[in-house]
Amino acid sequence: MDAKDVANIFIDEHAARPGRDTLTTSLVRAFFITVSLGFLAALLFAPLATVFVMAFEKGVQAYVHSFVDPDTASAIKLTLFTAAVVVPLNTLFGLAASWAIAKFEFRGKSFLITLIDLPLAVSPVISGMVYVLLFGLQGWFGVWLQDHDISIIFALPGIVLATMFVTFPYVARELIPLMQQLGNDEEEAAITLGAGAWMTFFRVTLPKVRWGLVYGVILCNARAMGEFGAVSVVSGHIRGLTNTMPLHIEILYNEYNFVGAFAVASLLTLLAVLTLIVKTLVERTGYKGH
Amino acid sequence: MNAAVRDVARPLRQPSVLPGFGLTFGFTTFFLSAVVLLPLAALVLMAARMSWHDFLHTILEARALGSYRLSFGASTLAAAINLVFGFIIAWTLVRYEFPGKKIIDALIDMPFALPTAVSGIALTTVFAQNGWIGQYLEPFGIKVAYTWIGVTVALTLIGMPFMVRTVQPALAEVQKDLEDAAETLGAGRFHIFRRIILPTVLPAMLTGFALAFARGVGEYGSVIFIAGNLPMKTEITPLLIVIKLEEFDYKGAAALGTVMLVISFTMLLAINLLQAWGRRRHVRTTR
Repeated sequence: MDAKDVANIFIDEHAARPGRDTLTTSLVRAFFITVSLGFLAALLFAPLATVFVMAFEKGVQAYVHSFVDPDTASAIKLTLFTAAVVVPLNTLFGLAASWAIAKFEFRGKSFLITLIDLPLAVSPVISGMVYVLLFGLQGWFGVWLQDHDISIIFALPGIVLATMFVTFPYVARELIPLMQQLGNDEEEAAITLGAGAWMTFFRVTLPKVRWGLVYGVILCNARAMGEFGAVSVVSGHIRGLTNTMPLHIEILYNEYNFVGAFAVASLLTLLAVLTLIVKTLVERTGYKGH
Repeated sequence: MNAAVRDVARPLRQPSVLPGFGLTFGFTTFFLSAVVLLPLAALVLMAARMSWHDFLHTILEARALGSYRLSFGASTLAAAINLVFGFIIAWTLVRYEFPGKKIIDALIDMPFALPTAVSGIALTTVFAQNGWIGQYLEPFGIKVAYTWIGVTVALTLIGMPFMVRTVQPALAEVQKDLEDAAETLGAGRFHIFRRIILPTVLPAMLTGFALAFARGVGEYGSVIFIAGNLPMKTEITPLLIVIKLEEFDYKGAAALGTVMLVISFTMLLAINLLQAWGRRRHVRTTR
């Protein structure tokens, strides 16, 4: 771009917006962009870059080697298993809740919506603690569970329950406003023309809300795989048994095994990046997240 | 039919040709009760087993008060920082075009998607004394990692997307023609900001502040790595709850948990009121 082009841009802008001091405008613009990027660089980009720099600090081999560790492998397996149980259940719940709430008018509806959103307002530590108070040794059902030799806390069921609590609203809160906005006309037409309930759902409703569903499911999955606080309270941190990936990161980090900790962290960072990419693609279809 | 009978006969739900209400409503309320409501009730009931004296003693002891001071102080400060920088970022994304803008916009949601343990260890590494940023602050005597400043930094990162994503749509609504008209009439830059832009985005900014604050008070994962976790100094309330649980002091943990629940619900109410205010204002200004 030569000086003439620059001059033309200034003249054009001046012509379009009379009275505006163009030099100050450019300065303000430069200031805002610099401050924004500086803030994000320090707080977001630097930590993101650190994850990969630290993970590869001792070379690619050390990075790959950290996944050979059986405890790391079992942490990855546990995280995948938990997400595989929790995400479908919460998706099923989201579909049922949005059908009941968006398709029908009943008393106490807005109260029900508030209750569904509740887990988002609660500290992750509390989300885990409620299950400890129910099923822990000193909890409401602790003695009974011990007598029957059932372990929930410091075991797999507790991890699944805590994760379920934390990710509970994600699918529902995407689908409810979307279904409400799309209305009931097409479903009513289908039923009136003799389509069955399931056929109406699968052939009419599901295709309409599919992008909202994808959006909710990927957010639910990202949170399920990355949850730390709630799971930390119920897990008991037994290596190779009840450590999910985020908990395993903590253990490796506290043992000063930084390559190992950041190697696991790099996987979760890639998951977050993937989540954002899918989210952006879904938004490109015209669907705007809740 | 008299009024009383009519009231009884009024259906709980309005009739509809669509099927499946019983199934979906039943499943929703059952699952909600089992996963969320009963466990939360267990928490409140556990705290209720304490006498008033014990309850007050637990939630008002010095260590608890110290943790509130850090949790609430750092959350307020972080939300205030986001009030300024969140507005600047939202303004930049709404008003200006620059290379890489779409990627930056997508990355704003990163703290939502990134597991808190990852942001915790990464921030600690960056702000440690020998870290990328920490080493430049060290000569000035500013220690970030393992101090209350570190807690604030972590909560600022966690709260940032709440502020930006709330202010962004509100800023996009500001009518440019109003600004141009004001300018034509001789209004200065700050006058326009104060009289036109600020009133339009104020409800959104306050909502963003409340959302960031509420998230910050409960945050655990990203904070504990950078906090140092010394009682009375760098120990947040959620961590104190975890410590009590590990000592099998379930009642003490439940008491502190009840305090945090009450604060969460108060914030939830405040956020709903702020959003309702924003909507009313929006209707008025666009009419």
